[in-house]
Amino acid sequence: MITVKALMQPHRIVMMLLFAALIIWCAFSLRWDWIPQYAPLALQGLWTTIWLLVVTTVLGFLLAVPLGLAQAIGPWYLATPARVFCTIIRGTPLLLQIWLLYYGLGSLFPQFPWIRSSELWPYLRQAWPYAVLALTLSFAGYEGEVMRGAFSSVAKGQLEAAKSFGMPRFTMFRRIWLPQAVRNVLPTLGGETILQLKATPLVATITVVEIYAVSSRVRSDTFIVYEPLLLLALVYMVLAGLIALAFRRFEGV
Amino acid sequence: MTGLFETLGLGASAELLSLSSWGGNLLRGLANSLQIAVGAFGMGLVIGLFGAYGKLYGGKVTRDLLAIYTTVIRAVPELVLILILYYVGSDIINKISEAFGGGRVEISGVAAGIWVLGVVQGAYATEVLRGAIKAVPVGQIEAAKSYGMPAFMIMRRVTIPAMMGFAVPGLANLWLIATKDTALLAVVGFSELTLETRQAASSTRAYFTFFLAAGFLYLMVTLFSGAVFARIEKWARRGQPSLKGGSS
Repeated sequence: MITVKALMQPHRIVMMLLFAALIIWCAFSLRWDWIPQYAPLALQGLWTTIWLLVVTTVLGFLLAVPLGLAQAIGPWYLATPARVFCTIIRGTPLLLQIWLLYYGLGSLFPQFPWIRSSELWPYLRQAWPYAVLALTLSFAGYEGEVMRGAFSSVAKGQLEAAKSFGMPRFTMFRRIWLPQAVRNVLPTLGGETILQLKATPLVATITVVEIYAVSSRVRSDTFIVYEPLLLLALVYMVLAGLIALAFRRFEGV
Repeated sequence: MTGLFETLGLGASAELLSLSSWGGNLLRGLANSLQIAVGAFGMGLVIGLFGAYGKLYGGKVTRDLLAIYTTVIRAVPELVLILILYYVGSDIINKISEAFGGGRVEISGVAAGIWVLGVVQGAYATEVLRGAIKAVPVGQIEAAKSYGMPAFMIMRRVTIPAMMGFAVPGLANLWLIATKDTALLAVVGFSELTLETRQAASSTRAYFTFFLAAGFLYLMVTLFSGAVFARIEKWARRGQPSLKGGSS
């Protein structure tokens, strides 16, 4: 952690003063008069971003555990599909995956009358289910590979000890294998969550209105270019910092 | 047999993907993507090498500035950085052009893409190379110094060859990120593979055909690069003991 003492070096004080001067210059000479008008929309967008991030990382992680397990100890008919899935997700751009799901499935579904008349149809016509699906699958693909490593890195002796106590396989998994794998993987998971945060603006391209989409809207409505983008970058930096802090807390426990 | 072929729509897909119809556009997009990826990766390597040396041996101010550069770039989404750097870059070039009495300059998509992604790659490359240089035993560099080698020669003859083995896995990862990040340039309107695909898909309504074809192209690039980097790593590690223990 950065301590106050580390900041109190002469060159750092000068840099901080320069930085403060830059902030004050930004505050007074750039245009911020659009903020009050767009603040409600921006808050809504921020909420959508956080909501998307939390839902897709949790769902993605739940999917990653079986994917990692299948690759680590599964029989070949489970391990191979899991490996192929991870390779495909990791080998193609997320933007392409999002567009494939949204435009591809979105153009396929209306052709079936029974889907159109089903109760899910009002949701399937919106963009966010595709965004959640694409981001979840992507997180699962990257994390599945990480979990594979985590599962195979848990010491063999511990599992053998559990087995010799006569522990059932599922209890062994729940009490020993999974907790240790998750603990090993926590630092990586923090980084991956920040990567996922940085992936969320891509869903703005399929009309989900999150914080990035709000800033694009400000830009196209008012023709103000830099101010919304700078504020947006600041928002993402704060969110990334909060995620890093939260994971440091977790690791400390 | 032909009936099955037709119901799956394979015949129509093959026709759409042929080089004379939309396949050519896709391949042209792929060429653009690869050009940008190679350029950005190269620019990232150069920035990364200077950045790593600055972070390890630079003065206090240099080190703090580089820390800010790498932290900010890694915390802000690539898409936002691309927009900011794109506008900043075109503004600067236009200001210079106006100062010399020229008009507004139209910037080529490839050059802008390389500049934007190169700055992003540079931050990641700085961290990768810094880690790799730190892994080189200090004694080797000290030995070179005590022979009276100039700093640049130490870098060329000792540090870089010795750190290659440590750097290649991280750099391979960066290259894959570079190829995939080119897709983000579609949002700014550069005609690389993903945007070409979307245009082809929306004008023919054959979304699955084109997006799957583009996915296949990206996957081939990934798998091929994986194989190439494995060869490079083997070459860079020649003479070094293998990581798995035992000699290679």
